[in-house]
Amino acid sequence: MKSSVGQFRFWAIGLASVWLTLFVFFPNLLVILTSFLTRDPQATVSLPINADSYVRTLDLLYLQVLWDSLRMSLLAMVFCLVVGYPFAMAIVSLPKRWQPVILFLVILPFWTNSLVRTYAIQFILGNQGIINKALLGLGLIDKPLQLLYTQFAVILGLCYILLPFMVLPLYSALEKLDVRLHHAAKDLGAGPLSRFWHITVPLTSPGIVAGCLMVLLPAMGMFYISDLLGGAKNLLLGNVIKTQFLHTRDWPFGSAFSVILIVLLGFMLWLYFRAARFVNKQGGLNGSDF
Amino acid sequence: MNEPRALLNLNHLSKTYGSNRVLDNFDLTIFDGEFFTLLGPSGCGKTTVLRMIAGLEDTDTGSIQLDGQDIGQVPAEKRPINTVFQSYALFPHMTVFDNVAFGLRMSGVAKEEIAPRVTEALEMVRLGDFAERKPAQLSGGQQQRVAIARAVVNRPKLLLLDESLSALDYKLRQQMQIELKRLQRKLGITFVYVTHDQEEALSMSDRVVVMNKGKVQQLGTPREIYEQPANLFVAKFIGEINQLAGEIVEIDGNHEYEVKVEGLKWRLHAEHNFKVGDKVNVLLRPEDVRVEYIDDPHPDQYLVGTVVERNYKGKTLDSLIRLPSGIEVIASEFFDEDDPSFDYSLNQKVAIKWVPGWEVVLPHEV
Repeated sequence: MKSSVGQFRFWAIGLASVWLTLFVFFPNLLVILTSFLTRDPQATVSLPINADSYVRTLDLLYLQVLWDSLRMSLLAMVFCLVVGYPFAMAIVSLPKRWQPVILFLVILPFWTNSLVRTYAIQFILGNQGIINKALLGLGLIDKPLQLLYTQFAVILGLCYILLPFMVLPLYSALEKLDVRLHHAAKDLGAGPLSRFWHITVPLTSPGIVAGCLMVLLPAMGMFYISDLLGGAKNLLLGNVIKTQFLHTRDWPFGSAFSVILIVLLGFMLWLYFRAARFVNKQGGLNGSDF
Repeated sequence: MNEPRALLNLNHLSKTYGSNRVLDNFDLTIFDGEFFTLLGPSGCGKTTVLRMIAGLEDTDTGSIQLDGQDIGQVPAEKRPINTVFQSYALFPHMTVFDNVAFGLRMSGVAKEEIAPRVTEALEMVRLGDFAERKPAQLSGGQQQRVAIARAVVNRPKLLLLDESLSALDYKLRQQMQIELKRLQRKLGITFVYVTHDQEEALSMSDRVVVMNKGKVQQLGTPREIYEQPANLFVAKFIGEINQLAGEIVEIDGNHEYEVKVEGLKWRLHAEHNFKVGDKVNVLLRPEDVRVEYIDDPHPDQYLVGTVVERNYKGKTLDSLIRLPSGIEVIASEFFDEDDPSFDYSLNQKVAIKWVPGWEVVLPHEV
């Protein structure tokens, strides 16, 4: 009995390790290596080893893209949080048997390819799209609003694709929140707002940080969103990387951007684990929750 | 003692969950400064009453008055009432200090006043050195004391305690009972305590209400409830009691009756009004039953029984004695060092009697 469990563990962990080594560790190692090589029109990349690509990323043009994509991703993150938090609270307040149903509905869009769904947004926002047609038909405007190919469209697209990633961790954090703590706070004179601010928010902060990261991290790289909805001006970091690899064929430069993105995201993850540890240390009700 | 002043009035409170009537036209008055206990088995509605007083539960009908003012529509956060919860419900992300300061901060107490008051409250529960700890770093008993400090620091008019000691082990519970009582006397705050533990209720309270199925069974001092139970439920819930079937055979007036019990006629006192022929229950606490050797001379009448069980309890010797009718009576006697003939052997025939007047006669209930 014990040995079969041991064997299962050996194979499960072993397989996962092999998988991660082959498909995550080595490719990333290759990306890091490539970022220090030189572009070669014939062989894609060649020696000598140098840090030129990193120096080139410091160009004002690319810093602007970095800043723009960070700003758009942050805005999408904030918007997801503002929408997702009340939404998650609403789910938690539902009767227990309805909660899985709503969560299922939240996840349902994943069954359709996100590229297809992004095209759908194009149809909604376009000059001949539903919104413009409706507004024109109602006589509220006399020429179509420029909704598509704007920063707004990119942020909307990011929010639409990424909102479930915000809602799910928030839901799981809110669901664990002990209602008795709310009663205690109420009993001690805290009104609804104080209870939200002093009890709900701090105790769900791991969920907030997790949700924010799960929106922010992928948002930076979602090149197809800005390709389809943002036009040429509203670029994400992912667009730059994609262009370097597929169009310009400057692999070292694209790799350098990838490394920068990974480092940036790694830094944010580190922040998250610090925050999570900080909250976990504080223990739970009767000290038995953790 | 001054005339007690009513602090809290509960009038005709009712509450129904689905088809379950948790509270049924419940009335209660709690006096200023007393230690009051709601006692009953689980599901009797005692916690519901407490939560209604706190404002954490709505009433279906009825009103709640604090100091003569109706607080039925006042939300929990605006009531000058604090609760020590059964689960303690300490805020896990705050230090002990911040937990205790929470209520003061919420009510807008001046900053410079908060620290001394919190420190004072923590010292009162002997946790002065634990202010910077997190709840998870404290033992159950310490968490309990933080919960008490967190409530009393607000100087509420009423402190509610919901089975607050039930999570502690026996020794700690005994110690906390004494501490709570001392704290209550020192602060002069009215305590309303909820428990299912009758011993706890008797030892701590000024007055107790015994509840069952959402109704008041009896209200009185611990002594009244123990010695003069109003009905069979109270008699059986509060400690052990022997129940003998009897019948009224004669009325001697002024609540004195001739009652036939186990084939003998006894002259008994009863608070109830009975008619001749009424079936009654004669109730006797085990410690009020006297067991004697049958060979000794007996001036009074007695019942004869057979010892069927002997339980050594340390302080007392409990004997189970079967009467000819088949009813078994428990007698609990303190050891008497000077009495060499104290012990009985199994199957020995003994004489059973009790001090006249210590029995309780109640109408027969099924």
